[in-house]
Amino acid sequence: MLLLIKYTLLYGIVLMLVALGGMFSEHSGIINIALEGIMVIGGLGGVLTVAVLPNSLPAFVIVTVSIVVAALSGMVFSLLLAFASIHLKADQTIGGTALNMLATAIAIILAKNFNGSTSAKIDYTNNAFLFKLGSLEMSVFVPLGIVLLIISYIVMYKTRFGLRLRACGEHPQAADSVGINVYKMRYSGVLISGLLGGIGGLAYIIPSVQTWNFEVGVAGTGFLALAVMIFGQWKPVHIFGAAMFFAVFKSLANIADATVLSQLGWSSNIYNMMPFIASMVILAFTSKNSMAPKAEGIPYDKGSR
Amino acid sequence: MAEDFVIEMLHITKEFPGIKANDDVTLQLRRGEVHALLGENGAGKSTLMSVLFGLYQPEQGVIKKNGKEVNIKDPNVANDLGIGMVHQHFKLVECFSVLDNIMLGVEPCKAGFLQKEVARKKVVELSEKYGLRVDPDALISDISVGMQQRVEILKMLYRDNEILIFDEPTAVLTPQEIDELMEIMRGFKKEGKSILFITHKLNEIMAVADRCTVLRKGKGIGTVDIANTTKEELSRMMVGRDVQFAVDKAPAKLGDVVLSVRDMTVPGHVHKKDAVRGVSFDVRGGEIVCLAGIEGNGQTELVYGLTGLEKVTHGTLTLDGKDITHASIRQRSKDGMSHIPEDRHKYGLVLDYSLENNMVLQRYWEPQFQKGGFINKPAVREYSDRLIKQYDVRSGQGSVTIARSMSGGNQQKAIIAREIDKDPKLLVAVQPTRGLDVGAIEYIHKQIVAERDRGKAVLLVSLELDEVMNLSDRILVMYEGEIVGEFDPKTTTVQELGLYMAGAKKQGKGAQ
Repeated sequence: MLLLIKYTLLYGIVLMLVALGGMFSEHSGIINIALEGIMVIGGLGGVLTVAVLPNSLPAFVIVTVSIVVAALSGMVFSLLLAFASIHLKADQTIGGTALNMLATAIAIILAKNFNGSTSAKIDYTNNAFLFKLGSLEMSVFVPLGIVLLIISYIVMYKTRFGLRLRACGEHPQAADSVGINVYKMRYSGVLISGLLGGIGGLAYIIPSVQTWNFEVGVAGTGFLALAVMIFGQWKPVHIFGAAMFFAVFKSLANIADATVLSQLGWSSNIYNMMPFIASMVILAFTSKNSMAPKAEGIPYDKGSR
Repeated sequence: MAEDFVIEMLHITKEFPGIKANDDVTLQLRRGEVHALLGENGAGKSTLMSVLFGLYQPEQGVIKKNGKEVNIKDPNVANDLGIGMVHQHFKLVECFSVLDNIMLGVEPCKAGFLQKEVARKKVVELSEKYGLRVDPDALISDISVGMQQRVEILKMLYRDNEILIFDEPTAVLTPQEIDELMEIMRGFKKEGKSILFITHKLNEIMAVADRCTVLRKGKGIGTVDIANTTKEELSRMMVGRDVQFAVDKAPAKLGDVVLSVRDMTVPGHVHKKDAVRGVSFDVRGGEIVCLAGIEGNGQTELVYGLTGLEKVTHGTLTLDGKDITHASIRQRSKDGMSHIPEDRHKYGLVLDYSLENNMVLQRYWEPQFQKGGFINKPAVREYSDRLIKQYDVRSGQGSVTIARSMSGGNQQKAIIAREIDKDPKLLVAVQPTRGLDVGAIEYIHKQIVAERDRGKAVLLVSLELDEVMNLSDRILVMYEGEIVGEFDPKTTTVQELGLYMAGAKKQGKGAQ
């Protein structure tokens, strides 16, 4: 049971962070399919930082520096999406898909270069990121994620920025007519998704293993986060719930061998499939009542009425 | 003598590719007056106001506020100058509350955090002062169009604007709401606010405006005092010729029954009630039957059921002796039903298609437009060119014009050309003149009467009682999904109809 909670929290927080990132982007009016790629680049930035920093540094410094680097890498990468979809008015779905392919490619090249070999595996130590809560082993991303969730909620619903951001995703002409700079708000939305997605990428890779092969990217977690965001109806608290729901399924795979579940004799592949099957089933039933921002995916053009 | 002008727009010229939308137009707004801006669709009214509101930059001309030249480069500048605008298509975020919409852009804040209570207090104060009833916490998607307009007005007041632009504010309102709006405008005038009122409805100008500037084809025709003018003169200035308000028509020559509706029930989507409940009526060839009623009493759903946009749950429909109750939309069209829909953007045209493709939307599969499985482009072009010429549809580039870029009146003309040219047995026209200017209305009325004189059956749905009285040979009044009365326009009055429309009276056993 303790294991289930541990894995659910670890994985759920990752999904939640990335889905929150997607939420900010989509509320500004930009569909962010590139979350997967942003996670890869953020994770790469963070992992390389951990690998480079000497182990002798205090844990606090390692954690802070690597998270900041992960966030910045995600933001820089997300700028590509912002530029393509806001300035060039590119199709956001295609742009995002291209960025996903680009991200893995960049990650493999940089990782191989870093190693000086043909392997894209990076080794590192993750002690700095882990701490004990009673008998429960936790990563620093759990408390960090909770804090970011609360901040996201407040920013979205209690601040001027949040109100204006949501207006841009729902009805950019209305926002423009009351003097809100739609382009600026959309850049902000995408950049925040880069920040959260980048941190999410690092949070996905670091806590559970000490080596990562960047040829696998982040194994579809970014796409699952998109499903979480939709299931969570683009709302922070719902997204938290949705993320935990998906994470339970994923965690079952990790603990299946060690618990009573092993007596069922199912292959662990079945458990690994579960979150994806669950997402398909749930989206099939819930996407009809979608609360998606109305203007998302449509490039804003000042001239059109 | 120096007059007290609060805004002057002098010699404004604004060009778009291929068209001079405003050509040396001058408009001077006095402090504390209601100034109407009159013109046909495409005359350049909206362009002129967009220039004033900072959405467009003029190529020539100057704008002065209180005698001082100003450069309005975006809506923020206009707002700072105290200019506010209620756009024709409301600029409201549907999933936001009334309060959020009003304060958006000028939110009271403390360190970036919203101070909703401060905004709420101001909104409630304003709403009481001007009699603009709104519920600050209601979502825009849940409130009526009339209330949405009050929200737009409150947006301007919240920003302390003193120059208020109303862009065709009455197009979407019920008669009662229009009266209320006129009262509100008079209230603003008393407060010393200056109002610019864009419209093409002459009755409203006569009722509320002090002066009126008329535009025609981008040019300023002149400014007149309402006290010294007449409807006829205004319409002559607007259209450039005399306009008939009454429709000329010969007595109806009744033919056989073309459409027969028996006991039709259509489900509604609001409150899970049936929107149309057991309605029966006939329409004969050579007559115009008009379905009157206040918006939302089942007229829309009745037409949906008739045209196949919605399945009827009970009853039968017969078109020219053939049962079409369960026929597909295309089948009904083939069987001789034409439909001029209420929402021309949603059901009438594919806005991002060219005009020619829109013209053959229901017919592209006919042999004359086909060539070995492909669309015969030259034939389509030829057909479209003929309709454009015959029905005087005006557009920038003829057949290849994108429908979206055309004016509302010409979009409607295109639909009418397409529907009438099919040579239908039954023409269903739903609010065919909604939002159009007098010139276009006159034209459309003539076309409808011509169809009737050719022996076609016409079912007209209209909310405008003037139109109902003028055009119809027989009037059916709908109230809460039922037909509550049948009238002859020659022997009834608007007041009488009004009583039935409001549900105050009802004829014994429905109408036949």
